[in-house]
Amino acid sequence: MRNRDLSFWLFLTPVLLGLGLVVILPLLYGTVYSFTDWNGLTANKFLGLDNYKRLLEDEEFLNSIWFTIKFSVVSVILLNVLGLGLALLVTRQLKSSNFLRTIFFMPNLIGGLILGFIWQFIFVSVFEDIGAALQIEGLQGWLSTTSTGFWGLVILTCWQMAGYIMIIYIAYLQNIPKELIEAAKIDGANSFQRFRTITFPLVAPAFTVSMFLTLSSSFKIYDQNLSLTNGGPFESTQMVAMEIVKTAFSANEMAYGQAKAVVFFVIVSIIALTQVYYNKKREVDM
Amino acid sequence: MKSKRNNIIVGIIGILLALLWLSPFYLMIVNAFKTKREIFTDVLGFPEGLTFENFSEAFVELNFLNSLLNSVIITVVSVGIIIIFSAMAGYALARNKSKLSAALLLLFVSAMLIPFQSVMIPLVSIFGQVEMLNQAGLIFMYLGFGCSLSIFLYHGAMTGISTSLDEAAIIDGANKFQTFWHIIFPLLKPISVTVGILNVIWIWNDYLLPSLVLGEDNATIPLQMFFFFGQYTKQWHLALAGLTIAIIPVIIGYFFAQKQIIEGVSEGAVK
Repeated sequence: MRNRDLSFWLFLTPVLLGLGLVVILPLLYGTVYSFTDWNGLTANKFLGLDNYKRLLEDEEFLNSIWFTIKFSVVSVILLNVLGLGLALLVTRQLKSSNFLRTIFFMPNLIGGLILGFIWQFIFVSVFEDIGAALQIEGLQGWLSTTSTGFWGLVILTCWQMAGYIMIIYIAYLQNIPKELIEAAKIDGANSFQRFRTITFPLVAPAFTVSMFLTLSSSFKIYDQNLSLTNGGPFESTQMVAMEIVKTAFSANEMAYGQAKAVVFFVIVSIIALTQVYYNKKREVDM
Repeated sequence: MKSKRNNIIVGIIGILLALLWLSPFYLMIVNAFKTKREIFTDVLGFPEGLTFENFSEAFVELNFLNSLLNSVIITVVSVGIIIIFSAMAGYALARNKSKLSAALLLLFVSAMLIPFQSVMIPLVSIFGQVEMLNQAGLIFMYLGFGCSLSIFLYHGAMTGISTSLDEAAIIDGANKFQTFWHIIFPLLKPISVTVGILNVIWIWNDYLLPSLVLGEDNATIPLQMFFFFGQYTKQWHLALAGLTIAIIPVIIGYFFAQKQIIEGVSEGAVK
């Protein structure tokens, strides 16, 4: 097919319309309107950088960014440790391997909103009861403080996504040539040495992939945040995505919300591009 | 012998972890059968008797058949058009070796970086102005958000399909569309399964986009769950029965297609 062929363009029309009208146009339109006093329908005044200056002093917004960063760093580390651990577990020759894989992966199929509600029950009712019965104060009053809300979100995310990260690590673990492991065994390497010198370096690319996925998905989390803590207490567990939705649709500040959305886009792009750059550089080294 | 003993220990650790993983579902289900008072007095144990009232009440309040139907329609139609149109685009881009085609592929791939929240406000505004905040509009939006990854996957799969197949079909008198539909598309079936699974999981579970586009009448399951939960906060016996009902279709689907689902997801994640 050549560019001049009508069929080339016919084959691309539906997706070009979809991407253009749903993603590209709104992105351009929104970026332009973030410099105005747009109310969702009309804009009367060009404000220049006013919306952006305002968000630099908006504590709720800055807190939400800080909270999101902390949450993402902790989740990325825990998820990769857990994911690799589970992958090593289920790739041993166990009778139960397939069953375990199925179980660990299951939470991924259920929406974040529903999972958040289930865990709200566990933190609020089950933890409370166990805490009272065993007189452990730490288990009581979950989700009612900033730090228990934070760890609640981390636990929920780990439970939900570890199975997914496990799948990525499994794919790389299965590509390790059996001969390498055998040779190391013959040379007398114990299982820890084999892990450190063979397995770990060879699954390192999986870490790059899963770091990209975990980082970008934890940055964009909304549903779990909404159903687990709804940002409370006092907006202290509110992540960026939720802050933007609230500004736009609850406070009805479209232009200001869009300015936050543009900043959010820039942050996510920087993270993604840094990752890609780092990834490429490593590929060259190898 | 030592490795056999190790395997038993690892197996036990695995089972314990699996039980831990399942415990949230256990807690949800057993408490869905309890009365409000029983949840308060004994949250961990089995229910005293099996009461199904919670379920029937939640079923009605969730308007479950209606929201299930809405979810099925939106998911099936959206995923269907994503598969067909992305496969067509992936085919066209893979068979065209020009710079323009490479640039278009790059455009689709880079669009994956754009977070939904960055476009959602103008998207709702634009679609609102042309009266498209409805099911049809939602399905079109899913095409826009879903096509990037799908095109990327189809484009990758096309490299494994020889151009001599296209040429033979053209010599036999088929046009481009017939060639694609009768020769290429059937060969893409494995990747279509992957694309389908990835998009079903995402669209079925999506909450934010339907919440901005749909009203309560044609709400999907997650959206209906949100309305339902708002009504029954602190009435855990009903809320948990509702959550259990909402999860059942997913568990049934997983039970029948677990192998394809896990393979499909790993295919999509590693690419």
